[in-house]
Amino acid sequence: MSNAPVNNGRRRFLTAATSVVGGVGVVGVAVPFIGSWNPSARAKAKGAPVEVNVGKIEPGQLVRAEWRGKPVYVVRRTDETLASLSVHDDQLKDPNSEVPQQPVYATNEFRSIKPEFLVALGVCTHLGCAPTHHKGDFEQHVAGVKNGFFCPCHGSKFDMAGRVFQSVPAPTNLMVPEHSFPTEDTLLIGVSEGEA
Amino acid sequence: MLNNLMAWIEQRLPLMDAMNKHAAQYPAPKNFNFWYVFGILASVVLVNQLLTGVWLTMNYEPSGEGAFASVEYIMRDVDYGWLLRYMHSTGASAFFIVVYMHMFRGMMYGSYQKPRELLWLFGMLIFLVLMAEAFMGYLLPWGNMSYWGAQVIISIFGAIPVIGDDLTLWIRGDYVISGATLNRFFALHVIALPLVLVVLVFLHILALHEVGSNNPDGTNIKKPKGSVPLEEQSKFTFHEQYTKKYDIVDAIPFHPYYTVKDLVAVVIFLIGFCWVMFFAPEGGGYFMEAPNFEPANGLKTPEHIAPVWYFGPFYTILRIIPDKLLGAVGMFGAIVALFLLPWFDRGTVKSLRFRCTAHTVNLVQFAICFIVLGALGTLPATPLNNMIGIVASFGYFGFFVALWVYSKNEKTKPVPERVTGK
Amino acid sequence: MKKLILAVLAVLPMLAVASGPSLHLDKANNDLSDKASLKRGFEAYINNCLACHELKYQRYNRTFADLNISDADGLANYMYTGEKVGDHITNTMPGKEAAKWFGSTPPDLTLEARFRSPDWIYTYLRSFYVDEARPFGVNNKVFKDVGMPHVLQNLQGVRTMDEHGNLSEATGGSMTAEEYDAFARDLTNFLEYTGEPNKLERESMGYWVIGFLFILLFFSYLLKKEYWRDVH
Repeated sequence: MSNAPVNNGRRRFLTAATSVVGGVGVVGVAVPFIGSWNPSARAKAKGAPVEVNVGKIEPGQLVRAEWRGKPVYVVRRTDETLASLSVHDDQLKDPNSEVPQQPVYATNEFRSIKPEFLVALGVCTHLGCAPTHHKGDFEQHVAGVKNGFFCPCHGSKFDMAGRVFQSVPAPTNLMVPEHSFPTEDTLLIGVSEGEA
Repeated sequence: MLNNLMAWIEQRLPLMDAMNKHAAQYPAPKNFNFWYVFGILASVVLVNQLLTGVWLTMNYEPSGEGAFASVEYIMRDVDYGWLLRYMHSTGASAFFIVVYMHMFRGMMYGSYQKPRELLWLFGMLIFLVLMAEAFMGYLLPWGNMSYWGAQVIISIFGAIPVIGDDLTLWIRGDYVISGATLNRFFALHVIALPLVLVVLVFLHILALHEVGSNNPDGTNIKKPKGSVPLEEQSKFTFHEQYTKKYDIVDAIPFHPYYTVKDLVAVVIFLIGFCWVMFFAPEGGGYFMEAPNFEPANGLKTPEHIAPVWYFGPFYTILRIIPDKLLGAVGMFGAIVALFLLPWFDRGTVKSLRFRCTAHTVNLVQFAICFIVLGALGTLPATPLNNMIGIVASFGYFGFFVALWVYSKNEKTKPVPERVTGK
Repeated sequence: MKKLILAVLAVLPMLAVASGPSLHLDKANNDLSDKASLKRGFEAYINNCLACHELKYQRYNRTFADLNISDADGLANYMYTGEKVGDHITNTMPGKEAAKWFGSTPPDLTLEARFRSPDWIYTYLRSFYVDEARPFGVNNKVFKDVGMPHVLQNLQGVRTMDEHGNLSEATGGSMTAEEYDAFARDLTNFLEYTGEPNKLERESMGYWVIGFLFILLFFSYLLKKEYWRDVH
């Protein structure tokens, strides 16, 4: 090396300082590269909240809405169905909805804001198939339960609150998305009450 | 533990040894000046283009129907998409600025002369591929200038006798520039040419490290083994690859001395780069041309078709020759002449510092003619501009002819044995 | 070497002169940070231009967000055709029909300010004059034989052109000349905004990035100095 006196302390300090500042720069450069993978304005526009007019749904009827590319089941449950929900609690994996598969405001015995309307993603929590709605003929799958959802892929079963039965592959209840009722007859899927 | 792992790797793949050979113990002349930073800057821009290019590909849609809209999608809907796009578009122009400076450095200090001819040829191939890369990339935004620029350039191939028309049809894959052309240009721009470019850059650096870097004095820093007393040799440790054959003088290890110096250069360059990118991304209409904010329209030619500035010099040579075939020959000839520079120059003294005055004059007039040709390429073809263009073209080609003549029996100044330290 | 660079620089200005003649354009002097002006321009656009000219790359909700309009207000006051707030600002005019009416399809204007320049738009909007030879009875000084009628005639009034090519004061409009200029400036401002909605963000980010680079320059320069004390 050179025979000039070397101030090692200063050299080390400047190397460290330049490295730190340069490191900050590298992190800064990474921001646009990482940030650009977030959902774009187009994706967000397509994933915008979806409005459903629930006024025209007949009691017992199911309508499908599409939200963020997924089916959302909206069912107007009859009083009879609502009354029957508590009967089979002992056959369910999570009868009290302890797993957060629903917003706080839907964590109740009916898993809904308004008892009569079930709003749930039609996506089986096992491997993502769409369960079919059995209206009145669900007893072939679970004795004593008239209505429910049956997943044709691997046989998972859910009741009319989207709660999963025991001894099926699906681990949790059907997901209840954020939703709200801006007016008596409009359901807005994707937005909670009071949010923009 | 870590040392063991390193040793284990080193035995199987000598990475540390390669690092030493090419950086920490690579002898670089200690007198590099301003002109020697452009190689590093070109590498920085290359990395920028590769990274932003990959990221742009994630949202770009190579189709006649979707390309223009997808660029606006990137500019508006994708988070930071505008920044990535401006980094890429500014980078394209920056690439040519630094490459032209880098080439001119080689011309001034004779870095193309023996034994660096192959190094120069690899560099010229990089330049050629870069031009193809830039040309194809310019079609991708599918603006009206993209479209008509490509139309004009592809038509040049129609000048080739006999096969010309069939060739242009084959290049386009359609009777006009269309989605088919766009798709093949896209494939070449994002996959094929970048691969070739990276391989060529690798070979360029390998060739450089084999023969060693030139310097502004054009002296040789590798003296025959045993010819220099120990106290006059460079005091630094160099890789035995170099020291077993030579006595090294006036050299310093590339790392850390040139890495820290180049870092300063890179930061200064980035300040300029960012200034353009953040405050004038259109580069005054030269980096992004206004007609390109209108979608490609095969029925509506922009009022004034100008190539992007970096093709200006060659485009002007094409334009001033009033014959389609000869124009194309002239344009390609301008590039071929650069390829053959090591053989046009019959001198043995490298740096203009020790060559005859005529050489400096010749270089200056060449630089002026090159810039004038470049500026004319972006201006309308008026009779006056064409006159200036003809003069400048003579200057351009005259450089090579004059060099060939005077370099044979050139009156040169004595070249010092050691670098002068300037 | 310095002589060489100087010589090269000396040549450049000579070339600038060689560029072609250009049309005289009035300065728009619009201000992108003036949200009130942008809002007025947006309103003017929706009411006067959108029926024919789409902004098909610009979204409503993006515009609302950038102009400090809430989605609810925007939906109520700026969106008439039942679109969603995330939609692009488009119209329902059939392109082929339009080409029949005007000679060509009215162009999308999202990028017009980048394609033409804000000054061009500002001057264009104020340069219509009476020309009975044209299908709509008007011509434009900036865009000769334009296929577009003077849709703002009831605001600006009409101008005539004398034999020297000078335009008269406008008469018969509901606005004074100053009011109409301000109106045109707002519209120009809005179109410069749609041309590049990120422009202000880009510039403010630029100051930070360059400021940071100067800090990095400071340290790296000292580092270089320190290491190069070894080199003699």
